[in-house]
Amino acid sequence: MPTPLLEIDRLRVEFDLPGGSVAAVKDLSFTVHEGETLALVGESGSGKSVSSTAALGLLPALARPTGAIRWHGGAGNEDLLRVAPKRLRQIRGNEISMIFQEPMTSLNPLHRVGRQIVEVLAKHTVLRGRDARARALELLEQVGLPEPGRRLASYSHELSGGQRQRVMIAMALACEPKLLIADEPTTALDVTVQAQILSLLKDLQRRYGMAILFITHDLGIVRHFADRVCVMRGGERVESGETAALFADPRHAYTRMLIDAEPHGRKAPVPADAPLLLEAHDLRVRFPLNRRLFRPTTYFEAVRGIDLAIRRGQTVGIVGESGSGKSTLGRALLRLLESRGEIRFGDTALDGLDSAGMRPLRSRMQVVFQDPFGSLSPRMTVGEIVGEGLRVHAPELGRRERDALVQEALHDVALDSTMRHRYPHEFSGGQRQRIAIARALVLKPKFLLLDEPTSALDRSVQATVIALLRDLQERHGLTYLFISHDLAVVRALADSVLVMKDGVVVEQGDTEALFQAPREAYTRELMRAAFLEEAAA
Amino acid sequence: MLRYTLTRLLQAIPTLWIVITLSFFLMHLAPGGPFDGERQLPPEIEANLLATYHLDEPVWQQYLIYMGNLLQGDLGPSFKYKDFTVTELVAQGFPVSLELGLWAIGLALLIGLPLGVIAALKRNSTVDYLVMGTALAGVAVPNFVIAPLLALVFGVFLGWLPVGGWNDGAWPNLVLPVVALSIQQIAYIARMMRASMIEILGSHFIRTARAKGLTETEVIWRHALRPAMLPVVSYLGPAIAGIITGSVVIEQIFGIPGIGRYFVQAALNRDYTLVMGTVVFYGALIVLLNLLVDLLYSALDPQIRYDD
Repeated sequence: MPTPLLEIDRLRVEFDLPGGSVAAVKDLSFTVHEGETLALVGESGSGKSVSSTAALGLLPALARPTGAIRWHGGAGNEDLLRVAPKRLRQIRGNEISMIFQEPMTSLNPLHRVGRQIVEVLAKHTVLRGRDARARALELLEQVGLPEPGRRLASYSHELSGGQRQRVMIAMALACEPKLLIADEPTTALDVTVQAQILSLLKDLQRRYGMAILFITHDLGIVRHFADRVCVMRGGERVESGETAALFADPRHAYTRMLIDAEPHGRKAPVPADAPLLLEAHDLRVRFPLNRRLFRPTTYFEAVRGIDLAIRRGQTVGIVGESGSGKSTLGRALLRLLESRGEIRFGDTALDGLDSAGMRPLRSRMQVVFQDPFGSLSPRMTVGEIVGEGLRVHAPELGRRERDALVQEALHDVALDSTMRHRYPHEFSGGQRQRIAIARALVLKPKFLLLDEPTSALDRSVQATVIALLRDLQERHGLTYLFISHDLAVVRALADSVLVMKDGVVVEQGDTEALFQAPREAYTRELMRAAFLEEAAA
Repeated sequence: MLRYTLTRLLQAIPTLWIVITLSFFLMHLAPGGPFDGERQLPPEIEANLLATYHLDEPVWQQYLIYMGNLLQGDLGPSFKYKDFTVTELVAQGFPVSLELGLWAIGLALLIGLPLGVIAALKRNSTVDYLVMGTALAGVAVPNFVIAPLLALVFGVFLGWLPVGGWNDGAWPNLVLPVVALSIQQIAYIARMMRASMIEILGSHFIRTARAKGLTETEVIWRHALRPAMLPVVSYLGPAIAGIITGSVVIEQIFGIPGIGRYFVQAALNRDYTLVMGTVVFYGALIVLLNLLVDLLYSALDPQIRYDD
């Protein structure tokens, strides 16, 4: 019989806002048992993070929680919403600890790593001075940080995202908590790093016998990582149960939709005699590392001699981890970055063209960026954003004609054309990405560079954007270069794939062949990580 | 670090050159000259004087002569204080201005920082509104309004403190000018510290600190205070420079023999060399203070390191 450790009982969290109060969590109940992993799943805004931060009393001041959060890990039965602040502080970091989604900013930038770990030991244990440092070192070893001795004296900006998350985990585990709350701990990390962190958590869970409350939007992780699942939407529990059973037989339509939202389908191949649209030969991009008078400048080569050929109607996927040079390659192809090597677009040689020479071609080569929040000007209406390219490339158009084209483009991306009078902040992430696509489409391009266009979106929204991209490709005969770290999406969209690492192509080939039988060790590692085969084993 | 410091000092040379050149020509554009007194000088004597100081030559030639002397460290003689060189006058006035300035900035930090922190911690409470409202008034009222008011109330009506004079920096003479100088800075620093503290308190690593089980006092003292102070530190360079140069008015009002008072009188008297000397000195001071603050910043924030 499993022993309950944390019971969330009819939790309701309301936020007092100027326009009245809004409930982020409504009547939520679930239980975490000792030693198990419970996944709290939902899309952004479902209230999953709010309910877990409520457990540690870390809600913002505007929040008013009601109901009960019963903790059985300490002295009997305590309600965490009602215990004395002093007792709550004893629990935090000691009985229940937490790791967060933002490894880059969750460590104090002004304190050394060692000091931050020692701080939590000094707070909750009898360890002091040399003993505390020894324990901190041991923890850094356990979380698999390379050179742990040296890392004790490092500052957080000297570590990568994955390394920072390891430090956070070390800090969370310092006092051997009974429950670890992990709030999207791998979302900000590369897939290979994600796989390492997940298997580390599993490993440490076994060693310390702790329970994990795992908050995520990624069902792929849940399937391999959690014992039980609780699906949330709009602050309410939709469905819960054993992981295997829930995936095999989802009861609720929303759960089914989430599971179906995993990208699937394959791209139909283009005829073998389709003409070449974009070609590059021995493309190189380098960035100066230091510029100083009287000294040779040293360079960092981000793209090191890449060959590429895309036929009309094709989608070529570029995959790789952050820092592999995939975005740099994309930008160099559009001559948004200075590069060396040949680039041909149709019959035109692009290398050597300056920005004025490129301008007439820009309408035929367009780009959609990753960040749907940052890449639309907040002071322009959607209509102005979409129509701006027309002002540059088709100045002869009258206002009425331009407006008609804008409406057509919005219609193309399945947005209501009356929305063109509104501003970007009024739209959701998925809608903004549609606006960005409409902005590119309005110029009737032949070629579209898609730089991680779905990475910032929820899975279900992602699925609709992917369907849209597919549909547009068919209707307008578009050619895509699709940059992504998400292998599942690339597999569903691309004819062929380039795998990049450290500025070179490690492997390339037809999508299916490459996914079925990857030849290179790095490709295999990437796929194992992406599809979490290791964690399943 | 040494290399960075040297580079910065080298970069200061063109900056100072531009400042000096501009001031030189602007000053000569202004009508009048150092020897246009109420009493008309006999023409021969005036010609003699002008020749002695090269003032009868074209302005660009005077400029070259001045720059040549400057490169040798010679700021020239004062036209009005005939027995003194400019260097002597600056050396006499600066310690007074510096003492006044340091007291003022010290007082501003001592009061401004805690006020800002308290306002941030009690955000949107009566305390916050009171502190910020007073600060706003402090920013808005210029110090040439505050200074005479202070002198009137504490010097004339209450008779607690002297209304003016330096008296070798005795503390009763210091109080009013220091307070008058620091009020605006207190207000600026408090507002800046409040904004910065609020931002830091909302950051992720503060959430981490709370999740560790630290008390609110520990969270603030250990984790929030130092990063919140960084923007204030970068403001200190311009602030100190502003206080020292800004004391021009205060020194005039309280009759303090600092460098600022010479500056004003020199400008009114068309005492070219003294004006230029003060400009060169202020310019170098501002460059140096900004450099010092940047070095201090790197000592406080490990993310900023000035090695190669």
